[in-house]
Amino acid sequence: MSTFKDASHLFRLAAVFVAGFLVFLIVRGFLVPKSFGQYGHYRGNAMAEIAAQPINFAGHQTCESCHTDVLEKKKVGRHARVNCEACHGPLAKHADDPTSVSPEKLDTAVLCVHCHEANPAKPRGFPQVVSADHSTGLPCDTCHQPHSPAISTGGAK
Amino acid sequence: MPGVEGFMYPNEVELQWSVLIVLYPFLTGLVAGAFILASLERVFNVQAVKPTYRLALLTALSFLLVAPLPLQLHLGHPERSYEMYLTPHRSSAMAMFGFVYLWYLMAVLVLEIWLDYRRDIVLMSQSNTGFRRWIYRILTLGSSNLSEHALHVDERAGWLITLIGIPSAFLLHGYVGFIFGSVKANPWWSTPMMPVVFLFSAMVSGIAVVMLLYMLMMWLRRQPIDMRCVDTVARYLFYTFIIDFSLEMLDLVHRIYESDESFRSLDFMVHTKLYVSHIVVQIILGTLTPIGILALTQVLKLSEMGRKRIYVLAGCLTLIGIFAMRWNVVIGGQLFSKSFLGYTTYKMGLVAREGLLVAIVLTLLPFVILWVLVKLLPPWPERVSGPVPEAAPAP
Amino acid sequence: MNITRRHLLLLLPAAAVAWEHVLAGTPESSPNYRMTEHWWSMLIDIPKCIGCGNCVRACQAENNVPDGYFRTWVERYHVSDWDLENPQVDSPDGGKKGFPPSKDESGKNFFVPKLCNHCAESPCTQVCPVGATFVSPDGVVLVDKTYCLGCRYCVQACPYGCRFINPKTNTAEKCTLCYHRITKGLTTACCESCPTGARQLADLKDPSDPIHEFLKTHSVQVLKPYMATRAKVYYNGLDGSVR
Repeated sequence: MSTFKDASHLFRLAAVFVAGFLVFLIVRGFLVPKSFGQYGHYRGNAMAEIAAQPINFAGHQTCESCHTDVLEKKKVGRHARVNCEACHGPLAKHADDPTSVSPEKLDTAVLCVHCHEANPAKPRGFPQVVSADHSTGLPCDTCHQPHSPAISTGGAK
Repeated sequence: MPGVEGFMYPNEVELQWSVLIVLYPFLTGLVAGAFILASLERVFNVQAVKPTYRLALLTALSFLLVAPLPLQLHLGHPERSYEMYLTPHRSSAMAMFGFVYLWYLMAVLVLEIWLDYRRDIVLMSQSNTGFRRWIYRILTLGSSNLSEHALHVDERAGWLITLIGIPSAFLLHGYVGFIFGSVKANPWWSTPMMPVVFLFSAMVSGIAVVMLLYMLMMWLRRQPIDMRCVDTVARYLFYTFIIDFSLEMLDLVHRIYESDESFRSLDFMVHTKLYVSHIVVQIILGTLTPIGILALTQVLKLSEMGRKRIYVLAGCLTLIGIFAMRWNVVIGGQLFSKSFLGYTTYKMGLVAREGLLVAIVLTLLPFVILWVLVKLLPPWPERVSGPVPEAAPAP
Repeated sequence: MNITRRHLLLLLPAAAVAWEHVLAGTPESSPNYRMTEHWWSMLIDIPKCIGCGNCVRACQAENNVPDGYFRTWVERYHVSDWDLENPQVDSPDGGKKGFPPSKDESGKNFFVPKLCNHCAESPCTQVCPVGATFVSPDGVVLVDKTYCLGCRYCVQACPYGCRFINPKTNTAEKCTLCYHRITKGLTTACCESCPTGARQLADLKDPSDPIHEFLKTHSVQVLKPYMATRAKVYYNGLDGSVR
């Protein structure tokens, strides 16, 4: 019994620790987000929140549902597999509200060279030119129709 | 790109971990090292270092309290840092470290200090007045039992805590080494030797800082320095340094010999971007010089003045060298590209949240805290006021 | 309390609906999407990449990526001869505005688009201290930016350099495989805007996905296979010099 009395300060200390731990557990119960651990060690609701981000590129199927005439021309030309927004940029806003949001007119003088400026790192068979020699400063759509660009197949303007 | 040589992945150009993350292992290293020195007396009965025992514990506590601050300042969202305790990711060394830190702070250091000082705390709670009286009274936890048996219980409990504390101190700083050493993406960090190298360099820095603080405090208080104590501490510093240096040389030789994919890039980095901090500051000034001059004190019979001067110089150079080692690991690990094709530059801010000024303030803060602790819990027995039956130092 | 048959008749269907909901992990915006039916990956066909930078621009436009940081980028390689260990690589602004003319036309030159590899055993999710980054049940490595502390450990742990800290949110960020698009049946912004089809989104759990045939008939690699991250971005025609 005297041992007990002489170690009482240690028991008080232990009580302080236990009390602290209990407070921690209670606080934890309030603070941990409810969906945490649902699928793994993360907040389950996070995926839904990430998936709710607004969309800026409509996707070619959306464009093609309205612009069938362009699609007809494009699908027989060399740009058949090039999606609309690859050149026209993100147009989901236009697809949602076609009349009030209209896409900018593209400047072929700067646009086409992204793909077609000659560079040794580009695949050999890929159509590429040194634009300074090839077009001598003229914009590309002077001679090429972008939706069906090959001149020999009647794509010339 | 300014500051970039060769090729770096575009997201690698800016460094992620700043000088604050260099400071953090430096501070925890001092904690571990100071504690190991204290435990030399307590567990291994090295009587000679007894005068530094309490000072070492208080030093460890001061640095441990400041250690989380550089981490908080570097976080993008410090207000969310409690998440590490609420939902720790068990596979993350960083998350587990939060608990190692808490364990070491509460179950080892605070407990040991409390047990060692309890008698003085009770006496001071009775002899002091006003605000200080209340502080001491709270610290007694309401118990004023100073019977011989109660003190004996304290002594035994303290011995046990120190015994547990030694592996805990190893875990504390070894873990920091593991946080770096386990990153397989970074070949400068990824090595099983990292926790061991970190630990031994921590011990070196901790011993050095306690030795310097002891000499400084004795000088400030115009008390004679116990040379037997300081000679012993310096000897331990010397031995630990030899081990630390051998480990680092082993790592270096191993890298040079194996010469794997990363070696050329790292070698170039050490010889150019890290030349001053690694070769000059860490190795020559911070390791070889202190080892050399400490060796002198072992082989030559030098006067007390000569030895004191060497100890002070060795201690200061050691601390600079160990800081440089942390710098070379943390910053060095981010200066080269993981493509091994390029290098970037660390642009350290001055007054920014993670800048040099903040780092300096955080380095000085533990000394301010130590000053407060020394006033509150004097490490030297003659300072304890109140009726003291025996003049013996605390158990 | 007695659970009567009537209670069960009411409870069981309710429980079934709730369980379906749990399994699907349905975001409200895509009610027909069930996570467990998908295992997302990407196929990159190196011989088709022309380094136009469309993907980098599109990703920035779709995801509001801040300037100077990249969720995806394109690297240009120049390998002079047999020395695969020393390629010359550049990625001016991540390839966002294409590439300037090559100085050296000799040797081997090609482009390599890079992005998060959505590793099945990702080292970045392993080190996150709080569970803010994770591999979703459908195989996409995502970051929960309301939970991320910004400790940057994941950025250090990624062997591919695909993560960064967004300076506006101070949280970790990277390619999400356009999770908000693929859960609605769209493809990623980068694949949508790639003019040559060098980048293709793939669903490994979909038996009709062309990737299965492609993997059988082509030699593919992942980046840094020795890291054992089980990366899921497959590269066709990847040269040995690629880092």
